[in-house]
Amino acid sequence: MQQHKLLKNIAFYALVIVIVVFAVFPFYYAIVTSFSTGSQLFQVNYWPKAFNWANYEAVLGGRNFPRSIMNSLFIAGCTVGFSLFLAVTASYALARVRFRGRGLLLMTILAVSMFPQIAVLAGLFELVRFLGIFNTPWAMILSYTIFTLPFTVWVLTTFMRDLPVEIEEAAIVDGASPWVIITQVFLPLLWPALVTTGLLAFIGAWNEFLFALTFTSSESQRTVPVAIAMLSGASAQEIPWGPIMAASVIVTVPLIVLVLIFQRKIVAGLTAGGVKG
Amino acid sequence: MARIELKNVKKSYGAVDVIKGVDLDIRKGEFMVFVGPSGSGKSTLLRLISGLEDITSGEMRFDDQLVNNLVPSDRGIAMVFQSYALYPHMKVYDNMAFGMKLAKAEKAEIDRRVREAAKMLQIDHLLDRLPKQLSGGQRQRVAIGRALVRDPRVFLFDEPLSNLDAGLRVATRLEIAKLHHSMEDTTMIYVTHDQVEAMTLADRIAVLRDGLLEQVGTPAELYERPNSLFVAGFIGSPKMNFLTGKFAEAKGCKTLGIRPEHINVVAEGQGEWSGEVLHAEDLGSDNFLFVEIGADEPLIVRQPGKLKIALGSQVSLQPRPEKLHRFDHNDAPIR
Ligand SMILES: Nc1ncnc2c1ncn2[C@@H]1O[C@H](COP(=O)(O)OP(=O)(O)O)[C@@H](O)[C@H]1O
Ligand SMILES: [Mg+2]
Repeated sequence: MQQHKLLKNIAFYALVIVIVVFAVFPFYYAIVTSFSTGSQLFQVNYWPKAFNWANYEAVLGGRNFPRSIMNSLFIAGCTVGFSLFLAVTASYALARVRFRGRGLLLMTILAVSMFPQIAVLAGLFELVRFLGIFNTPWAMILSYTIFTLPFTVWVLTTFMRDLPVEIEEAAIVDGASPWVIITQVFLPLLWPALVTTGLLAFIGAWNEFLFALTFTSSESQRTVPVAIAMLSGASAQEIPWGPIMAASVIVTVPLIVLVLIFQRKIVAGLTAGGVKG
Repeated sequence: MARIELKNVKKSYGAVDVIKGVDLDIRKGEFMVFVGPSGSGKSTLLRLISGLEDITSGEMRFDDQLVNNLVPSDRGIAMVFQSYALYPHMKVYDNMAFGMKLAKAEKAEIDRRVREAAKMLQIDHLLDRLPKQLSGGQRQRVAIGRALVRDPRVFLFDEPLSNLDAGLRVATRLEIAKLHHSMEDTTMIYVTHDQVEAMTLADRIAVLRDGLLEQVGTPAELYERPNSLFVAGFIGSPKMNFLTGKFAEAKGCKTLGIRPEHINVVAEGQGEWSGEVLHAEDLGSDNFLFVEIGADEPLIVRQPGKLKIALGSQVSLQPRPEKLHRFDHNDAPIR
């Protein structure tokens, strides 16, 4: 009996370790690589031999990489801001205002989010050109917002629906307008959902590659993923693995920090319906 | 402070008629209770008066002013919801002050009114707490306090006690009755499916059934002179006994009604009806006997004080003739 239990425990933790190793190993290997230079790169090392910051200095000292980080921050920040604003107002309507075709609209919104990026790339390119925002951050902000909104609207609508109707009605009796209801009554209750969807929007915008590559032409407008891909070595034949890994680590760390900060909120946000009067 | 008139008020949701034409005149300062079974349209009627729902047709007036198209906040109403509906993220003080803040009242005035209402409801020590830190009864008081602060013309309650446990329910019922007496000018409309609440609180009761008013009157009127079989069965606890067949024919009607408290146990052979005692409930102050007299259901008889009747024994029963209710084929009373 005892032994059986012990065996089960061991099996359980072995499985956990396997999963963790699978999930974390690529990132760990990136970190190890980012500290190696020269020929060290081509030996398989599972432990860092020495902490060599040369790659980091090379990346951060480069002319355009810090600029790319600022671009990415600005674009991701704006995307989160715009999509949350639009999603909150839209989901209020979808969750609370009775109108014809509401269910259909909601399904359409979800369907839109299923199109692969490449399918809309050409159309979006025309739109970007038409608006005259090619090679500016606004091209990315526009396209990321378009791609983030369906998911954000969907999640927030689910949340908003779960908020007790009577609270809204109490506010109406108190003389609150829809805007006051959204900002002063609903938003404070929607924090977990906002943090979750906002963070996902941020990560999406931060890591996006295809649009960022297509909609920028000059080096100074590039976002981080594009900048990393464009890092070039001493010769055309050499791929600069060291700096690439260092750059990847640099841009991943902010995400991890954000997730850790908001961890509890995210859990609350993912288990929808957590907000009860 | 308001007299409320409803003239042929109807409400439909799409093809479903929920309120099918209600005429009602609620007097200034009156405590009016809407009572009826679940789904009869009580809440809907209350929400029409509050303005949370628009009426489909008909007229509604507050103090002779047509309010059909007035939003809730312009009607001078305050509402207490079944689930209390406090703002979860606001402290009790802010919950109570929210309406006046939105109305852009002066800070000092808001403060005075909130503290006054809090004192009246004995929740002044709770003002700094969040709703989740309060018990059910305290939340209910805060909800009432929030309504009080707005100094409404009309106070609306939708089943405010149904989430409280039995003891608290009686206590809060008393509070609401006291509140009504201390605010003689304020009209109150109270929705409940519990006829005991209705009988104890109301100046007048409106009985609803399937979106129509069945009868409007004082508790005594409804108890003594029900206008239909439905009202007779709905008002009073335990329910009125209904007898059909030969029992009714003997009195020249389709259905004969007699309340349990209006039947006397008499000496053997002296009563009109007799039968075997199937079951007895002793509540201390009262006895309920369930007697099989050959009708569709056992007859319930209520006797005050102690009674020594063994189960299975035969009893003779005499209804008080002036308390008999006779109903015809349309369930209308024969008087
Ligand atoms: N928004 C709505 N849409 C459709 N039907 C409704 C709506 N609100 C209430 N009803 C219907 O109206 C009837 C009366 O409801 P309600 O007024 O809540 O009854 P009560 O409060 O007496 O239990 C019910 O049959 C209910 O299904
Ligand atoms: Mg109801």
